[in-house]
Amino acid sequence: MNLHNIFTVYLKELKDTLRDRRSLMSMIIIPTFVMPALTFGVGKIAAGVVNKAREEIPAVMIVGGDDSPGVAAALRQDKKLKVVPTGADWKQQISDKKVRAAVLIPAGFEAGLKAGAADSVVIYNYDGELKSGFAVSELEKFFRDLRDQTVTARLAERALPATLVKPFDLRRENVAAPEKVGGNLLGGIVPYIIIILCFTGAMYPAMDLTAGEKERGTMETLLCSPVARVDLVLGKFLMVLTGSLSAMLLSLTSMGLSAMAAGMMLGGGGGAKLAAAATQAKAAGTAMPMIDPVGLLGVVGMVLPVAVLFSAVIFTVALFAKSYKEAQSYVAPMVFLIIMPAVVGMLPGIDLNARLALVPILNLSLVCKEMLSGIWHWNYIALIFGSSCVYAAFALMLAVKMFNREDVIFRA
Amino acid sequence: MIEAQHLTKTFKDKKRGVITAVDDVSFTCRPGQIYGLLGANGAGKTTTLRLLATLLKPSSGHATVAGYDVEREPEKVRAQVGFLAASTALYGRLTAREMITYFGRLNGMTEPTIKARIQHLAAELDMAEFLDRRCDKFSTGMKQKTSIARTLVHDPAVMIFDEPTLGLDVMTARAIVSFVRECRNRGKTVIYSTHIMSEVEKLCDTVGIIHGGRLVAEGTLPELRARFGEQDMEEVFVKAVGGEAALVAALKN
Repeated sequence: MNLHNIFTVYLKELKDTLRDRRSLMSMIIIPTFVMPALTFGVGKIAAGVVNKAREEIPAVMIVGGDDSPGVAAALRQDKKLKVVPTGADWKQQISDKKVRAAVLIPAGFEAGLKAGAADSVVIYNYDGELKSGFAVSELEKFFRDLRDQTVTARLAERALPATLVKPFDLRRENVAAPEKVGGNLLGGIVPYIIIILCFTGAMYPAMDLTAGEKERGTMETLLCSPVARVDLVLGKFLMVLTGSLSAMLLSLTSMGLSAMAAGMMLGGGGGAKLAAAATQAKAAGTAMPMIDPVGLLGVVGMVLPVAVLFSAVIFTVALFAKSYKEAQSYVAPMVFLIIMPAVVGMLPGIDLNARLALVPILNLSLVCKEMLSGIWHWNYIALIFGSSCVYAAFALMLAVKMFNREDVIFRA
Repeated sequence: MIEAQHLTKTFKDKKRGVITAVDDVSFTCRPGQIYGLLGANGAGKTTTLRLLATLLKPSSGHATVAGYDVEREPEKVRAQVGFLAASTALYGRLTAREMITYFGRLNGMTEPTIKARIQHLAAELDMAEFLDRRCDKFSTGMKQKTSIARTLVHDPAVMIFDEPTLGLDVMTARAIVSFVRECRNRGKTVIYSTHIMSEVEKLCDTVGIIHGGRLVAEGTLPELRARFGEQDMEEVFVKAVGGEAALVAALKN
């Protein structure tokens, strides 16, 4: 092993890779822009759709209720509902999404109410449809209010206090610090995105530096040089690792910046509304879920050996291929192998234990979730870091071994 | 100086079992001479040359190149060898200068030495015009010149050419042939593989005819002509490999 040679190979591969559009895409452009795109693009579209749905006054139909003119009139006066004339095919109209919901007022409802108890009111809706859901909650609110008013009136009639039916109040308040909320909200998704970007960042340089070189015929040229093969592998491997790490670091940076920018936008635009809501009035800026920077540093540290593992594994697999295309068909399915444990780690209720701490990728996903919400289980962290290093070292040894095999390097 | 003694290389193939690509081949190439390795496709030329350039390890037998054993000191062998083949390509995203500089560095040369060497080679090969352009935009002639400069950057004592004119146009092929001759004139040991008879006649001091991995005949051109009683090199070759039928059978494998 000769450090000077390794460095020479690395520098050349770095220069070469920086001139390759495919690698640049996966190493720099996608990781830099995927998070802002997700935060602003998809987030904004989603928020816009929901707001639009909320702003729409849902059309509803009243079925029956001819002998309950008071309730029907009150419903018609509700500004948050648009009562449309009832058709015979009202169920069909709900299915066709022409009407958001319908409410069935049973015969003799008002009379029954006066006498003591009435039959049930039934709300018909289209389950799972957002706008139908809004209509239902408006209708429910209307009838809940009606029930409350009836109860209050009855209590007043009998001169009884309101506390008779409502002996105590129930409220909830959040005590978690903003960064803890952020950890729980983002804790699942951040490691997931980092793991995937770490992989895709390594993918294109790895294929280009192995199968790509074989295909273009430069591998044989390189092997003619007096540099030992182990130096060639390590130089190339360092480049692949650079791809992986740059994807990760760039995505983390842009994630942090876009979270900050989103916080500023929310703090500016939504400030008035938030301030109006008395319970959430505590400084609009800090209410934004924040990521704990120390936790983020921890994540970077834990990802390092996994980036080595990914780089070495992809390198080895791609080395076996004769062409870039063949390498792609081997490496692309590996993304699913990576995604599965990463997704499992996102699921709520799966917590670290000694056995899971030895499962590669899943252990990373789990420990990152903990770190981001401020939990530091040092023994697990040590176990995961240690085992990741062992896997990474093993994968790197395998890469060196494969590079020394004639049937792999000259596979035809 | 190249000395090959009983060089043998076998491969495992899933369908065909064990294949002996090079079978007990021995020969010697001396400095200031061109040794031509003549053979049909699949005769074992490329494998033999790859063994000498230490890209592959022999299954048995020995070879020394410029005094170093190919198995025990492969790095030292490669430091003495310039290897040019139709399959040794250039890095398309590097310029010619960067390409040559990279191989100078891999050969452990210092930066000033590399600079001086590039200046010298670029003048000699008339490369100044495209020295700082990227290789992927080159014509085949420019590519060959850059490849030649790449093999010569460390001024090796031994040159190995594996069908260097394969797929080249006439002008570029002629330039390569004259370059090979130039190497001999400078006292380098040259080994040259080809299946083109006219190149052998033009270039080679000694010819080894290889067939089915075995060296079936060896000698200077006059010696071979006398031995097989033919003037035409192609007839000599066909007789040496055991007639047309043997050639056809070998090509089928």
